[in-house]
Order: sequence, then C-alpha cells, then structure tokens
Amino acid sequence: MAFDYFANPARFLRLANAVLPWCVGATVILLASGLYLGLFVAPADYQQGESVRIMYVHVPAAWMAMFVYTNIAIASVLSLIWRHPLADLAASASAPIGAAFTFLALVTGSLWGKPMWGTWWVWDARLTSVLILFFLYLGHMALTHAFDNPARGAKAAAVLALVGFVNVPIIKFSVDWWNTLHQPASVFRAGGPTIHPDMLWPLIAMALGYTLFYITLLLLRIKSDLIGARLRTLDSLRQDAA
Amino acid sequence: MTRKRRRMYIVFSGMLTLGAATALILTAFSDNIVLFCSPTDIQNKATCAKADIRLGGLVEEESLDRGADGVTVSFRVTDLTNSIPVTYKGILPDLFREGQGVVTEGTINAQGVFVAREVLAKHDENYIPKEVADALKASGNWHEDAQTKDADTY
Repeated sequence: MAFDYFANPARFLRLANAVLPWCVGATVILLASGLYLGLFVAPADYQQGESVRIMYVHVPAAWMAMFVYTNIAIASVLSLIWRHPLADLAASASAPIGAAFTFLALVTGSLWGKPMWGTWWVWDARLTSVLILFFLYLGHMALTHAFDNPARGAKAAAVLALVGFVNVPIIKFSVDWWNTLHQPASVFRAGGPTIHPDMLWPLIAMALGYTLFYITLLLLRIKSDLIGARLRTLDSLRQDAA
Repeated sequence: MTRKRRRMYIVFSGMLTLGAATALILTAFSDNIVLFCSPTDIQNKATCAKADIRLGGLVEEESLDRGADGVTVSFRVTDLTNSIPVTYKGILPDLFREGQGVVTEGTINAQGVFVAREVLAKHDENYIPKEVADALKASGNWHEDAQTKDADTY
C-alpha cells in the first residue's frame, strides 16, 4: 500500500532529499515572478486603485491558512486511526507554518481594510472566524508540547485539530451565510471567478509559490525532526554502552 | 470489528456529531452573527430593533447631499426594497460613493433618521482593471447590474 510506503523514515528522507532542491527552485521562481507580476505588471483596480496589490499577498496567505489546517486535520485522522508514524510529525511541523500564514493574512487584511473599508478591524463573521483559526493553531502548538510523553501530546493535538476543523467550512462560507464587511469569494465560487484574468494570473502564481514554500518548509521540518530523533537514539545507545 | 475500524467509527461519528451541533448552534444564533441590519431587517427583525445598531446597504443613487460645512453628509441607505435616511459628520472612506455598499454604525433618532457615528465602505467581489472599466463605460457596455448588486448581501 502506497500509504504505508513512507512509514519507513529512511525511505522518506531519501525522497525528501530528492524533491527538496526542486521545491526550493520552484518556490523562488514562482514567488519572484508572482510578486513582480502582482506589484508591477498587473493593472490597478477600477475601484480600489493601486491598493488592490495587497491582494497578491493577502489572498494566497488566507488560502494557505485554511489549506495547511486541512492538511493537519487529514494528518490527525491518519494518526488517530491508522497510526501512521509520519502523520504526527507532519501535523506538528505544519502548525507553526499555518499559524504564520494566518498571521500574515490577518495583518495584510488589516492593512488593506484601513484604506478600503475605513477600519483596521471589524468583528464580522469572516474576520472573527479567521482569528479563531489563528488561536486554534496556537493551541495546537501548545498542546503538542504540553506533555512529557510526546505521543500523548501528539494525540491531544490531533483531537484538537479535528474538533477545530469545523471552523474551516465556517471561514469559507461565512461571507455567504451571514452579511459581513468582508467581500464574498472572487475566485473559488459558483459561476467562475469575478476577477479579471490580468489580475487572476499573478494571484495564481503567488498561490502556487506559497504552496511550494509550505511544502519546502514542511519537508525540511519533518527531515530535521527525523534526524533529531535519530541523534537522540544514538545518544542513548552511547550512554548505555558507556 | 478490528481496532482500526473501531477507531475509525469513533473519529468519524465524533466529527459528524460535532458538525451537526455546530450547525445547530450557528443556525440558532444566525441573527446575532450578521454584522449589520438592512433597512428591511430594521422594520421586521426583533434583533434589529435596538437603539444602537449597524445599518448596511447600498448608498441610494442621487441621494448623496454634502452639507455646506464640508463635513456633514446625508444620504439614503437602501436594500432596493426599503431605504433609511442617514446623516454623518466626519471623514468618509475613499470607496464611498452612490451605489456603493456601506455599513454604518449609529442610532435612529425620533425623526426616523439614522445618525451614524462611523461609515465603512464595502467592496464587492468584482476585480476589473481600471482601463477595462473605463473602456466599457466609454463604449456604453458598462452594466452596473452586472456588478451583482445583490440586495441580500449588501
């Protein structure tokens, strides 16, 4: 079963080492071209003018905030039910990255909100549910490290991740279910994107760049966790020998 | 039943229960989760019949009146069914204009006028290059209706 294939850490490390340089290269190319296209080439918006360029940083960050949390939830299911040995590592390695993306989305959203809406912050359903997502990430990170036995910490964090997953559809549909100050979806919506192709392509380049950046960081973090575990094992073996 | 299968049932039934509970709670509180009341809501909904509320809608076309002192403005907020007159003293956001979605916070006075303390502008989900919008307007192909002025979401 392909699913069990990477349960072997050595096999995972070999694959990660092979894939990492490609991920780094693609991340650099996509983020550089996406930023250049978004900040210099893409046209100004008919209503928002040049301020629309915050979108190229804000929107992919918000997508990643939800995408990374969804990955943590999937990893938690794999950990709780199938006890996949790498699932806990994938979840704990993803959490700080997802928290950083959520923070970036909140900060850039606030910076965008002031000139466009006239306020840094408003307690509408979208903004509030994303703030809750940020706290879920922080809680997940805290819970992972709250136990002396790492396996218990991972299990508690996995349960929290699954409980908190109800928030993800709430974030996505908050702008449809309730009236908010935040706009409804422009890209992932029934009836197709309502964003001009000249602005959509830089956004897609940025979204792919963010995704590859996440994959790069995730592989690096899992890799260092695995190497750290190996070092601890070697250390205890040496102490036993002495 | 294997242990794996039992764990699977526990996890998925737990998530299903939690999802159902959340859906019920959100449905029950949906009147409180909305950010603003539309002019129609203020007439009909009990949760909108408070002294201090947020009123949301579109700035009615040809209703904007900038006062002689330069800081007081009055306009009507409409949901395309009902509308309410609003006065506001202060700086308006850049996006504020007739036909734009706005959210205002304040109170309704004895004359039925909404006295706003704060006016925020909404923007919709449409992103169009300025040149394209200007060209469409110049050629007469600009349809304000196409910008999905949905009374329900504004």
